[in-house]
Amino acid sequence: MQEVENIVNGQKLFLREEYQEVLENKKQFEGGMGAINPEKVEEVAEWTKSWDYREKNLAREAITVNPAKACQPLGAVMVALGFENTMPYVHGSHGCVAYFRSYFTRHFKEPTPCVSDSMTEDAAVFGGLSNMKDGLKNCAALYKPEMIAVSTTCMAEVIGDDLFAFAEAAKEEDGGEFLPEGYPITYAHTPSFTGSHITGYDNMMHGIMSQLTEGKKGEKNGKINIIPGFETYIGSIRSVKAIVEAFGAEYTMLGDHADQWDMPAGDYKMFAGGTPIEAAKDCINAEATISLQKYSTVKTMKMVQKRWKHAGGFSNPIGLKGTDEFVMKLAELTGKEVPQKLKIERGRLVDAMQDSYPYMHGKKFAIWGDPDFLIGMVSFLLEMGAEPTHVLCNNPGRGWEEEMRALLDTSPAAADCHVWAGKDLWHMRSLLFTQPVDFMIGNSYGKELMRDTGTPLIYVGFPIFDRHHLHRYSISGYDGGLNLLTWITNKVLDQLDEETKDIASTDYFFDVVR
Amino acid sequence: MGPESLEERQKAAVEEVLKAYPEKAAKNRAKHLGVGGPEDESQKTCGNVRSNKKTVPGVMSQRGCAYAGSKGVVWGPVKDMVHISHGPIGCGQYSRAGRRNYYIGTTGVDTFVTMNFSSDFQEKDIVFGGDKKLTKCLEEIDALFPLNNGITVQSECPIGLIGDDINATSKQYAKQTGQTIVPVNCEGFRGVSQSLGHHIANDTVRDYVFDGAPKVLGESIEPTEYDVAIIGDYNIGGDAWSSRILLEEMGLRVVAQWSGDATLKEMAQTTKVKLNLLHCYRSMNYISRHMEKEYGIPWIEYNFFGPTQTIKSLRKIAAFFDEGVQAKCEEVIAKYQPMVDAVTNKYRPRLEGKQVMLFVGGLRPRHVIGAYEDLGMEVIGTGYEFAHDDDYKRTKDEIFRSTVIYDDVNEYELEAFVKKLQPDLVASGIKEKYVFQKMGLPYRQMHSWDYSGPYHGYDGFAIFAKDMDLAINSPVWGHSKAPWESEGEA
Repeated sequence: MQEVENIVNGQKLFLREEYQEVLENKKQFEGGMGAINPEKVEEVAEWTKSWDYREKNLAREAITVNPAKACQPLGAVMVALGFENTMPYVHGSHGCVAYFRSYFTRHFKEPTPCVSDSMTEDAAVFGGLSNMKDGLKNCAALYKPEMIAVSTTCMAEVIGDDLFAFAEAAKEEDGGEFLPEGYPITYAHTPSFTGSHITGYDNMMHGIMSQLTEGKKGEKNGKINIIPGFETYIGSIRSVKAIVEAFGAEYTMLGDHADQWDMPAGDYKMFAGGTPIEAAKDCINAEATISLQKYSTVKTMKMVQKRWKHAGGFSNPIGLKGTDEFVMKLAELTGKEVPQKLKIERGRLVDAMQDSYPYMHGKKFAIWGDPDFLIGMVSFLLEMGAEPTHVLCNNPGRGWEEEMRALLDTSPAAADCHVWAGKDLWHMRSLLFTQPVDFMIGNSYGKELMRDTGTPLIYVGFPIFDRHHLHRYSISGYDGGLNLLTWITNKVLDQLDEETKDIASTDYFFDVVR
Repeated sequence: MGPESLEERQKAAVEEVLKAYPEKAAKNRAKHLGVGGPEDESQKTCGNVRSNKKTVPGVMSQRGCAYAGSKGVVWGPVKDMVHISHGPIGCGQYSRAGRRNYYIGTTGVDTFVTMNFSSDFQEKDIVFGGDKKLTKCLEEIDALFPLNNGITVQSECPIGLIGDDINATSKQYAKQTGQTIVPVNCEGFRGVSQSLGHHIANDTVRDYVFDGAPKVLGESIEPTEYDVAIIGDYNIGGDAWSSRILLEEMGLRVVAQWSGDATLKEMAQTTKVKLNLLHCYRSMNYISRHMEKEYGIPWIEYNFFGPTQTIKSLRKIAAFFDEGVQAKCEEVIAKYQPMVDAVTNKYRPRLEGKQVMLFVGGLRPRHVIGAYEDLGMEVIGTGYEFAHDDDYKRTKDEIFRSTVIYDDVNEYELEAFVKKLQPDLVASGIKEKYVFQKMGLPYRQMHSWDYSGPYHGYDGFAIFAKDMDLAINSPVWGHSKAPWESEGEA
């Protein structure tokens, strides 16, 4: 029973004798193997750690277990929230939208506005036109967004709804009351059964950029467009801006969701920050466009490079080398010297790397996440002399595996570095048991791997639900590199303390100075 | 409070909210909003609201889908079975391990609740159908997870649209292997909310667990006169455990938990219990009614939130049994009373008169009202994501004062109601949490217990009281205004 001066929640409550009895007693009714024959559970648990299990596991063709990817419209919602006063509108069932909003909200600890047009059985039969007519009107009336960015769920894709025609029909029927002529309703088809959330990012970004700029091609505006990609680190967007601003360059961050998911307390406004719609309309006239995530902007950048003929291209500013390349690209595009501010920042990062290198050097890492994130992170690990032993990407784009392999081949430990394209985190579990590493770098789903394999987890990635505020920091630019260095080094040191804290046995190595 | 009464303010708020809508939507939403009076016999449902209808398109509804109702609520917590999210990758990922359905087991070996199994549909599966892939998925699961006691196939939207026959595929595989394979046609577009998913899932329990006579491990349980099952408790934060202990203390034998920390065997042997105890009426009344009709098992609803309702429920349950149980029931009540008094004495003075607005799903919009009132808090608004008329009828008996009732409330409305009625605490879900916290309002998630709990039973009430005090009396809410801001400035 609870004691009023020491009320405990489930964590400790259920450890009490009376509850342990309850749980033990319950087993007689359970038919799970743990209740019937615990030895058998242990035996199978041991088998899951074996090479035999690993081979069977890696041979899976159909079932995905504990994936490290999500579906297209999630990325589309992120894009929409990066434009000023823009409502993400998902054409399909509202269940999907409840999921997108919960998912982002759990990660950012921030509200995530997004509407759906709540299609049900009748829409599945007759199409979602009437949902869209009502939905766009209601959305505009209630939330008064400057733009509505429409993406689709797999339901709408399977029945083949035509977004462009539907949006036009909605405007026509509304007669300009809530949806005036020229009111921007941008759209993208984002089928969940193709690619992943980063494909959806690409499709929505392509949709907004191509549709807003229709008929806008004119004089060059002297600006550089920056596309952050599916960026879940708010601080990274700000770091990138600071670098561009250090060059004094005029720029447009296309899809700038930093302020949307980082609102101050005090009052609630549905939308904050974002790329101004007018600036977005003019993005076709920029001098250059730089995408910070190649695999999240394949289609978008094809348009920008082939049709718009923009200079720029890809640059991944994670780690020292990545940031150097980004900085040099800006120097080239602006024709300016690298500013002193950045030179100092770089020097500080290198100084810190040289201070801490013994702790990461030679350490084996397992890492998973989106393809561009992995390229940047692995590059940084290599810069520190670490060994990225298992690099796993559940949603690699075309060419990613080769690019990652080439990167790993620059390591002296290349032979021990493995690339796992299209694999999931249950595969990772087998890899960790059979070819163990010192640390893992990944998202909250790594927690179960940490529990099962005992490998310490360093939280970098998306989603992170069970550690707070990491997303507010940067992992890009020189300052972002410093954050990564700090998090990883200190986790190595925490682990070292953990392993050396036993009194009169290991604690001779429990140094106060490291 | 101004000169207007609470009821007047509530009615004005409803009128005000409706003004923002286009005509058609306003007409629709007007039927879902109302003000309920505790003594108002003229009301058919609480606040006379209409429910279980299609959501107005284009608003920010908090509702989920049928898949969420089946995989996320009813089937997902059954721990010794593998639940496949059948279709594209997203649904399973977004619903992975978010509901805190606690269980004991070796995850990945004999239990699987927090994992995500997905058939990860690709375009070719949409074009050519996914039945072959499903068979392969079932085979691979059995090969790699040999201690699973069955597999459910939770359909995502495309399955029903592309004409896959998961029923035939599952049946064939079950025939070959003798395994329990449960196909669930819970495509997200079916129905208007999670609710139909609950119903569909209940029906599959009937068809595949009761009528399917699944193979189960171990010996069968010899029935006793005191056997009961807990139905509609998902063991969020351990709720079913802090309920179970009370039932056992009063001499009952809890044979099954549905479906938090449940096993297939527990569900299968429920048909032999003497009484079904139904907590979440909305999600599991269907199977309870079926067991009543088919197996003659009566069911009663109970409420283990807050001591007043807990005591009432314990007595109601005991009344079904002999005097021995009834006597023990009184002993249980007497045993916990000093603790309850101590908790109430400590926290009531800190919470007295604080006003609360709720928006949740299932049973909570009415069931938790008593727990707040036990602490002297006043619930002035409540509503359900996916309730039916029978829920709103039941709500009439649970409210203490004039209460604004909002069915399927959306972001815009809830924000407007809160601004207008200015409660001291908002209690709802993750999607709304930070909206209200930004306004400086204390907030508790009432789906996940905000990562605390359990809240059921006596021990749960103590945690509930402590958590509400934590939220309302935390110093952090006082920091919103900077010292250089003048009075009245936000």
